[in-house]
Amino acid sequence: MSYQGKKNIPKITSDRLLIKGGRIVNDDQSFHADIYMEDGLIKQIGDNLIVPGGVKTIEANGKMVIPGGIDIHTHFQMPYRGTTTVDDFAQGSKAALAGGTTMIVDHVIPEPGSSLLEAYDQWRQWADEKACCDYSLHVDVTHWDDSVKQELDNLIKEKGVNSFQVYMAYKDYYQMSNSELYEVFTFLAERGGIAQIHAENGEIIAKEQGRMLQMGITGPEGHVLSRPEELEAEAVFRAVTIASQTNCPLYVTRVMSKSAADIISQARKKGNVVFGEPITASLGTDGTHYWSKNWAKAASFVTSPPLSPDPTTPDYLNTLLASGDLSVTGSAHCTFSVAQKAIGKDDFTQIPEGVNGVEERMVLIWDKAVTTGKMDENMFVAVTSTNAAKILNLYPRKGRIAVGSDADLVIWDTDAVRTITAKTHNSAAEYNVFEGMELRGAPLVVICQGKIVLEDGNLHVTCGVGRFIPCPPFPDFAYKRIKARKQLAVLRAVPRGMYDGPVSEFSMSRGGTPSASARTSPTKQPVRNLHQSGFSLAGPPTPEDAPIRPPGRRIVVPPGGRSNITSLS
Amino acid sequence: MSGYQGKKNIPRITSDRLLIKGAKIVNDDQSFYADIYMEDGVIKQIGENLIVPGGVKTIDAHGRMLLPGGIDVHTRFQMPDRGMTAADDFYQGTKAALAGGTTMIIDHVVPEPGVSLMSAFEQWREWADGKSCCDYSLHVDITEWHKGIQEEMETLVKDHGVNSFLVYLAYKDIFQLTDAQVYEVFSVIRDLGAIAQVHAENGDIVAEEQRRILEQGITGPEGHVLSHPEEVEAEAVNRAVTVANQTNCPLYVTKVMSKSAADVIAQARKKGTVVYGEPITASLGTDGSHYWSKNWAKAAAFVTSPPLSPDPATPDYLNSLLSCGDLQVTGSAHCPFNTAQRAVGKDDFTLIPEGVNGTEERMSIIWDKCVVTGKMDENQFVAVTSTNAAKIFNLYPRKGRIAVGSDADLVLWDPDVTKIISAKSHNSTVEYNIFEGLEVRGGPLVVISQGKIVLEEGTLHATEGSGRFVARKPFPDYVYKRIKARSRLAELRGVPRGLYDGPVCEVSVTPKTMTPVSSAKTSPAKQPSQPVRNLHQSGFSLSGHTGAQIDDNVPRRNTQRIVAPPGGRANITSLG
Repeated sequence: MSYQGKKNIPKITSDRLLIKGGRIVNDDQSFHADIYMEDGLIKQIGDNLIVPGGVKTIEANGKMVIPGGIDIHTHFQMPYRGTTTVDDFAQGSKAALAGGTTMIVDHVIPEPGSSLLEAYDQWRQWADEKACCDYSLHVDVTHWDDSVKQELDNLIKEKGVNSFQVYMAYKDYYQMSNSELYEVFTFLAERGGIAQIHAENGEIIAKEQGRMLQMGITGPEGHVLSRPEELEAEAVFRAVTIASQTNCPLYVTRVMSKSAADIISQARKKGNVVFGEPITASLGTDGTHYWSKNWAKAASFVTSPPLSPDPTTPDYLNTLLASGDLSVTGSAHCTFSVAQKAIGKDDFTQIPEGVNGVEERMVLIWDKAVTTGKMDENMFVAVTSTNAAKILNLYPRKGRIAVGSDADLVIWDTDAVRTITAKTHNSAAEYNVFEGMELRGAPLVVICQGKIVLEDGNLHVTCGVGRFIPCPPFPDFAYKRIKARKQLAVLRAVPRGMYDGPVSEFSMSRGGTPSASARTSPTKQPVRNLHQSGFSLAGPPTPEDAPIRPPGRRIVVPPGGRSNITSLS
Repeated sequence: MSGYQGKKNIPRITSDRLLIKGAKIVNDDQSFYADIYMEDGVIKQIGENLIVPGGVKTIDAHGRMLLPGGIDVHTRFQMPDRGMTAADDFYQGTKAALAGGTTMIIDHVVPEPGVSLMSAFEQWREWADGKSCCDYSLHVDITEWHKGIQEEMETLVKDHGVNSFLVYLAYKDIFQLTDAQVYEVFSVIRDLGAIAQVHAENGDIVAEEQRRILEQGITGPEGHVLSHPEEVEAEAVNRAVTVANQTNCPLYVTKVMSKSAADVIAQARKKGTVVYGEPITASLGTDGSHYWSKNWAKAAAFVTSPPLSPDPATPDYLNSLLSCGDLQVTGSAHCPFNTAQRAVGKDDFTLIPEGVNGTEERMSIIWDKCVVTGKMDENQFVAVTSTNAAKIFNLYPRKGRIAVGSDADLVLWDPDVTKIISAKSHNSTVEYNIFEGLEVRGGPLVVISQGKIVLEEGTLHATEGSGRFVARKPFPDYVYKRIKARSRLAELRGVPRGLYDGPVCEVSVTPKTMTPVSSAKTSPAKQPSQPVRNLHQSGFSLSGHTGAQIDDNVPRRNTQRIVAPPGGRANITSLG
């Protein structure tokens, strides 16, 4: 033991860390044990651990030690019309760490028509330079053709991306048609990807926006008026339908309204493989602020889908998160300064969209869901970290406190109370959508890659230490069921003799005018004579020898069709 | 007095005057015993001991039920399809309708894309006027969308008595409209005071599924139902409801074929949406297990869209929703093709012409499935087979009710008669009847159309060409009272704010053509020195300092009686 200690003395001490007397909280259970970590990995868990001398020790005093949070949805440093969001990967991941989140998953957004791989490389470059915590990437599919297919293939096989977002909104820009969605989903289902969707009906939004502007509504309230809640719910419903048809796992980003959440929970009850992601903003605040007289404040809430004007929405979404109907939480952190938001001062459709939330996510969920008794600490870990790790196929490396897992840990103080304000937050934005909110619960110590990054209220982050974590395809969490269903969903044709009766003349093209064809008197049709002649196919219709339902009752699909696949209950 | 009246009218043919004695008159609200006297196709008197002209033909009802004649809201007689025509023309079709107790039909005008609505409408009028044996009206289908169509719709509503238009969410690249087009059509329909009907299936997904299933070598009729799964119907219904809500337009879903589509309608109604669901004879009476029949011709006879559900519990479920009022009206979507016509698709199910029979069987099947089983009473039966249709399409109380002044379209109903449905005895011209072998209780004993007896003692006396076109006015009260109230409420207001006069970021005007790479190539390391950050650090803020948002004194505005927000337009439909 002393030998071991000596050998390691040259290393810097912060690479080795011991947490004593903590209460370890995983998504399945909590227990008291010490944790020893080295080189960014958890090496030992238990009582009376044998550890090298001189190792830095943190006394947890019975406080909870939880897996570091995973923010599954961020938009750091996102380009927007020649500018970028005010929080870059350094600023953003710093804010994340300050809030107890030790990994973020950012969205790569290639401009329509441009290469996915180039955009991916660009994002990698930005993040590698600046990220202070580990990260992964989703890639958004903003257009669809054969070259995109090849790039997707490459991203999945070589580049460690397993999740791809498509847009049902942003007409004439990112929006995809139903047929394209069908093809994307089919493609992803074959290759083990997760289909993420931005769910809003872009066609109707475009119409409503035009109507609002015509009525002279140009302020941020027009944003929420032109994107009513049911347009979100409609798109979720449609996406669920297509995913179910293509047997593809579906992930709905930014669940902002009650009715969208309801559709997801109904679909899950029917057996659909679908995950819902409410974000910090939808769990913590509502859309009444769009009517604020302060334009800049109202504009800071602009995001899509919008925050619901129904003030009971946050509570409802927290309840569904607690019951497991919604699975993961992100922040969709995408902040713009007031001057950037002011691009849309005379036209709400031009306001850049996005809200803050990466720093507030964990605390807010603790306050809204755990202190209120909606969920316990284990469920808290599940929705802030473990479920995300499972969906991304990073479990148990991330999302769990176990020997061999990454040393991303948070010592959680359940008693801390603090007030959120733009004056103290780590984002560069002037407004905080949670301004003035008093929240219980906070990270006391944050450990990222085995190093202490937050202690005694001080952040010690290092830009560029964040590693890219590749996500392998076919995550078990989503694909076990998908694979089983694929085997079941084989369709069979009915073997019949060749039909060799008469066939009507018809025109292949539908272009013919109805009047032209219809002018022929129907009574003169040969078909009528045929009938009158007593001709019949395969005997008279009544005594049909085959029973009405096919005799073999173990036929894989029909009758009952493919709907069986999702009617597991 | 009666003698005088009698004399004056002697020159007329007797069948123009009719007395029914001792009937139990059944309307949608109540049943009562009375005699009923009709003249010139109109009900003139209802009551006991009526004073009627001498020599009038009298029917003794012996206490049997007398119902308003059925209205089949959805037929497609003589419908052209790729150079073929549906096997039953207006003569054959209306004859079948009358035989089943239906005294009015509403047919769909289907203009081929590119053909004007007016010329198609006139074509249908010509066909129907020449052949129809009962009164009829017309829905017009919108199969493409441009400015000219809007003007034609206006003309049809104002001058030609059309108040309902059907749009298709299916039949990709032929009839299908996009969501944005549907939004525009619905807006126009609402302004005109008409009813938006929708054929609800997601055509994009159907097209993809058809391709996939053909690729798998499935070419028979089972491919039809496999490529039109139930949830594709439910999805489209949900979408149509959403668009209708947004546009505050009344919605009417034709051919409700599956449980989940019916559920979506029921839920939407609970939320207050003005939406009506129309199950058809086929979906109420049979199921889609027959698509797997080894007899190709039989399997093909069931092909219709949305397809019959393979779930055999579907008819019972739909009958239940019809009974509780979640579904309101029934049609037949009668559009049969004979076997040789169907055989066009013998090697490819996507080419099989679509449509099933049902206009003759509709009343009896609903009676058998709903009234005999105790799901609904005779009054609700009248409501779903006749009255609701008359109300929705603004024909009430001329049609759909037995009252003085209403049209003399009546059915003397025999609840005890049983009949086995068979292609051998039906009035349609096709070889197959999808209800073949079904034994139903309840049927018409006497059918009176336009005051004339057309069915008596099992014999039909239909007269070709006697059917009149019944014009329908826009803004039916049954539908539009709520719509009007809501459009008054749904005014949106902007927030009056001072002009924002702070700094505004420079942006490139054409974001869509810009590649991310070009913008991204600027070193990200420079980001922190953006003017926007300096702005913040300089302590600049709008309307006071940043902290001011805490005391931005009214997070929710004090006037609580604001017309729409907060709560927005969603309130409009959240009446429950």
